[in-house]
Order: sequence, then structure tokens, then C-alpha cells
Amino acid sequence: MKVVLKDLTKKFPGRIKKEEEVTAVSHFDFEIPDGKLVGLLGPSGCGKSTTLLMICGLYKPTSGKIFFGEDDVTDVPPEHRGVGLVFQNYALYPHMTVEQNIMFPLGNLKGKDKLSKEEMKRRALEAAKLVQIDQLMDRRPGQMSGGQQQRVAIARALVKMPRVLLMDEPLSNLDARLRLQTREEIRRIQRETGITTIFVTHDQEEAMSISDLIVVMKDGVVQQIGKPQSVYDDPANLFVAKFLGTPPVNVFDGSVRSGKLYIGPDAVYDAPGLPDQKVWVGIRPEGFLPDENGPLTCSLKGVEVMGRDVSVISEHPGMQGSAIRSIIDAQSRVDTGSGVIRFRVRPGKIYAFEYESGKTLPLPGLEKEGNTVSWRAGEAQSGDQN
Amino acid sequence: MENNNKKAWLYLIPAAVFLGLFMVYPLIDVFIYSFEEGYNSASGNSFGTGIYNFNYILHDTYFLQALRNTFLLVIITVPLSTGFSLLIAFGLSSIRALKNLFQTIYFLPYVTNTLAVGLVFMILFKKTPYSDGLVNALITFFGGTGVDFIEGPYWARMFVTCFYTIWIVMPFKILILTSALASVDQNYYNAAKVDGTGSARIFLRITLPMISPTVFYLIITGFIGAFKAYADEVALFGTNLNAAGMNTIVGYIYDMLYGDSGGYPSYASAAAILLFAIVLTITVINLLVSRKHVHY
Repeated sequence: MKVVLKDLTKKFPGRIKKEEEVTAVSHFDFEIPDGKLVGLLGPSGCGKSTTLLMICGLYKPTSGKIFFGEDDVTDVPPEHRGVGLVFQNYALYPHMTVEQNIMFPLGNLKGKDKLSKEEMKRRALEAAKLVQIDQLMDRRPGQMSGGQQQRVAIARALVKMPRVLLMDEPLSNLDARLRLQTREEIRRIQRETGITTIFVTHDQEEAMSISDLIVVMKDGVVQQIGKPQSVYDDPANLFVAKFLGTPPVNVFDGSVRSGKLYIGPDAVYDAPGLPDQKVWVGIRPEGFLPDENGPLTCSLKGVEVMGRDVSVISEHPGMQGSAIRSIIDAQSRVDTGSGVIRFRVRPGKIYAFEYESGKTLPLPGLEKEGNTVSWRAGEAQSGDQN
Repeated sequence: MENNNKKAWLYLIPAAVFLGLFMVYPLIDVFIYSFEEGYNSASGNSFGTGIYNFNYILHDTYFLQALRNTFLLVIITVPLSTGFSLLIAFGLSSIRALKNLFQTIYFLPYVTNTLAVGLVFMILFKKTPYSDGLVNALITFFGGTGVDFIEGPYWARMFVTCFYTIWIVMPFKILILTSALASVDQNYYNAAKVDGTGSARIFLRITLPMISPTVFYLIITGFIGAFKAYADEVALFGTNLNAAGMNTIVGYIYDMLYGDSGGYPSYASAAAILLFAIVLTITVINLLVSRKHVHY
């Protein structure tokens, strides 16, 4: 089932009468293709959960429309939308066993949809098998680990065979190891069921690793939508570039002068066709290549060997933040004696952003491929990004 | 370690002395009196020991009357007051407008003096040479025949007593239940709503189990409180409850000690021990039943 959001806006009234209303989501336009796993990504308060709750029907949008396939569900109450929702804290009923929890939504079916007890048990077992908790049907939520509870919550959401599965921060209550395991599990379950799934997260790694598409949001405004890799490789603006990737992109004060991109006095890259202007320059940690004749001259502060690769910490007068963090191949030798390290920049890993708006400026060397759904916020509404 | 132990005992002394002197010692004393025939508190003598006191009170019509009154009161008021409180608390938690006002109104009986409330009930229910009471006026207005609730038939007196008791215990229950309802995580309701759960099913399958420890607490304390009823009956019917036929077990104990026919600590003690045994039994039964239905 594809999900279409048309110009979706949600405003909350201020708490006090005089207070201005808060716009949580602003003009969200997007079509989620059938059977995809989509991650809504953004920092706290960016409107991603609000969007999710509007799709599920617990919030009514202030304006705009929501379609499931061809059906307009904007005014349809949640129980008739055919959505399954997995809550951040799972919201499992503590006084019921796993089986009773999973069966609970089936017990609400009335009239011709009403199921026999045996049929309900069979469907519950099926859902439990899918999430691999069929051994634990008689436990209560309190007797289970966070990861197991999470699976029960997913089974409960799936048992009704929803048209759309929604998950609010599905992994945030799990420890680091379980999180890795569970996100693979979510991916597997989504593939097996083929249900269009939308999940909300503030963890970019989580979103990047399992999503077919990610939607990056900030202050209620969609910044960029696309495949995880293409959003990472080709960020629409400075915010998206900074939000994706660990360690984060290194940002410099820079400028374009006669077709060259400068960081301080160093001309680091070609910028043909760009007018002279002040810009922000972003370089991914993996975009630094040590080169004795490289244009970017930094003072070396430290080298951390991390097995597979080496993390080099250095400083440059033009940098934003406290240090430059670059990751280089373990084979490249770094001469620590001189206290100076020179880099050349890997094409496609350097970005220039407009100084005022933060919008990405075109640089050569970006091989655009497979960027089919990419949609840039900058084209629709500018000025909201920094 | 040794030192700490001594210190601990030292700190416990004030509480232990007071509890021992005013709680434990009298309890033991009451137990002993109940088996001493004709104990005289002035001389400290008795005629002998045995179960004579129990035998006597169990054949005393006043005690049997008190026992019957108390049981009726418990069986009628505890379920009704808990049920009504649950309804009102649920209503209070569902409304938005004027919520605080209603909460205050429902809490008012709790802070009102028992005797003042008794007086109001007299005005509502009592027949006097000048008026038939407000309730009787209403009954006759709608075409019924008035009845004397205070000095009339037994069912009418029992009705007033139960009505009064339910009304006076509800504020506390509503208060406790309102906060219990408020502490149920909203996410459970949202989850149920997304799954299309009807409001009756939400209440029975989610809300009620979630607040079951609180409901259970109210039932236990309700039982104990109702078994100890006395002041409310005095407020309604005056101090001579035996004559009014509305005595309770605690009232009987008091009358045996200090009433006009008083001065019998042995009988009073035996009645107190019986009351204790009854309350203990009921509480144990409650605890056993609760194991299946209360979810902590």
C-alpha cells in the first residue's frame, strides 16, 4: 500500500492564549512507494513523530491530505485506517501474557470479521513465529527483555495484517548490541511481510542502515528525501550533511574565488562556473587523502589507530568546531614528526554550501547515480535552512 | 556491630514504649478479659475463666441485632460505594471542563464534620411535628406515601444508614481512584485506540486491571472501616442505638463499657475479640480472592 502525504501541516495551539501556535510539521509532500521501509530522521522536535501520529490517525492534520493507495484517509479514525503502530515504550499490557497481548487487536473485530478463539490463537502464533517469540507465549511483558518486548509489540501490530506498519523510535529503548540485532530483524520482518513500513528515529546510523528511503526533517520542514547512500553522498544542504555520518562532516569557512574553492589561503578544489562568494565547505572524514603536495595544510594534533583505519586529528585556521577529524587508510603513512600534515581532497566527498541559506552548490566530481527519488527541500522552500 | 545494635534499640525505645503501653498491653488485656467471667475493673477480680462471656453475648439479642446490622452495612455499602466511586472517578478523569470544580465538590463530604453531616441528614429524613423531612416531602410530591426514616420501619432506617455511609466514604475513594486512573500511561489507551478497541472493552480489559491494586486496597480498607462503623449511626439515631435497633458491633462494645447499661468489660472484650476474628477472616478471604484478579 503506498502512502501519499499531500501538503501535510500540523500546528499546535500555544499553551497560553496569547502564545503563538507552534508549527510541528510544515507542508509535508511525499509519496511512499508500496512495500518500502522508510525512515523519518531528524533531531528531537523536528516533527517526525507528529508526522507518524498523523499517518496513524491519532493526530488530525491542520491542513493537507493523507492517502493510503487511492483512499483518502485524512478524516478516517485510526481504527479504520488499517495501521499497526509500535510505540516507543512498546505499550504492552502488563497484566496480559504475550499471547493475550498479540490476540488483543483481533478481539476487537466485530460482525462478519469476528474470529473464533482457535483462529485468533492460530493468527497470534503465526505473528509470534514471524518475530520468533513463539516459545514465550505464556510469559508476561515484565518477565521479558527489552528486545523480546519489542518483538511482541511488532507481532501485536502485525497480527491484524495492517496496510501500513508504523514504528515510533523502535530501537531507542534497547542497548547497543540489541539495537544492531533488532534493526536487522525489523528489516527481515518487513521484507517477509512486504508491508509498507514507516519508522521514526533520531539515530542516523539506524535510519541509514535499514531504510529503503530516508526522510531528513528539521523544524517541521523536510530537508531531503532519498536513498540513504545518495542522501549521504549528495546532501541537499549543510544541515543534512552535518546530520548524517559519524564522525560528522568537517565544516570550514571558505570562499569561491575565480573558479577555485578556498579554505583560508588553500585552494583545495575546483569550482568551475561558481561566482565569487563566501561559502561553507564540508569535507567528509573519509574525504581526506594524505599527500605531501596536497593543497590543504593542517597542523597535526594526534593520530588514533583503530585497526582497520587511522583517525587523524588536526587543526586548520578555517575550521568550524574544535578539530578536524579525518579517517585514512591504515596503509598510508603519517609523518608525525613535522607537526604538519597536508591533504588532497577526494572528489565527491567535498561540498560547498551557500553561506546564508546552506544550500549545496554544485561541484565537479559528483557522480550522480541511482538518485531517483531524491527531492531537495531547497527547491521548494528556501530560507528555512541554515 | 554490638554498639550499633544497642544504638538501634535505644532509638526504638520511645516508639516501643508507647506502642507497648497503649497498643500491645491493652490488646493482651482484652484477650484475657474476654475469658474472665464477670471481671470487675475496680477490684480487679473475676469469678473464674472460661467461654462464658462469648456464650452470653452470642445469646444477647442486642449483640445479634448489632451483628446483623453490621453485616448488612458491610455487604451493602462496600461494593456500592466502591462501584459508584469508580464511576465518578472515571467520569472525572474523562471530562475536561470544570474538572477541578467537580473534584472539589466530590471531596467536600470528606472534610465535613460527621455530626454536622448527621444533622443535615436528620433534616432530609427525620419526621418532626413541624415537617416530614425533605425526602418525604419529595416522595409525597410525586404521589408516594411518606415513611419515617429515623423512627420508622427497619428497612427505612437501614436505607438511611447505608445511604449515609456510602455518601461519607465516597470522597476518599474517588480521590484515590482519580489519581490511580491518571497514572495509567496514555500510550496504553492510544495503542488500544489504534487497534479499534471499544470503550467498554478498554475499561474492562485495560483500565480496570491497571488500577486493580488500588481498587483492592479500597475494598480491604472499606470492609475494615464498615465493620468498625459506629459514629455515623450515632449521628443519625442518637446515642441509644439499642433502643433504635440500629446498633453496630463497635456500638455494642461501647455500650457494654460506658453506656447506660455498661460496666461489663468482660462482655465488651469478648465482643471485641469476635469482631477482630470476623475482620481477620474477611481480610484473609479478600487476599486469597485478590491473587487471581489483582495485577501488580
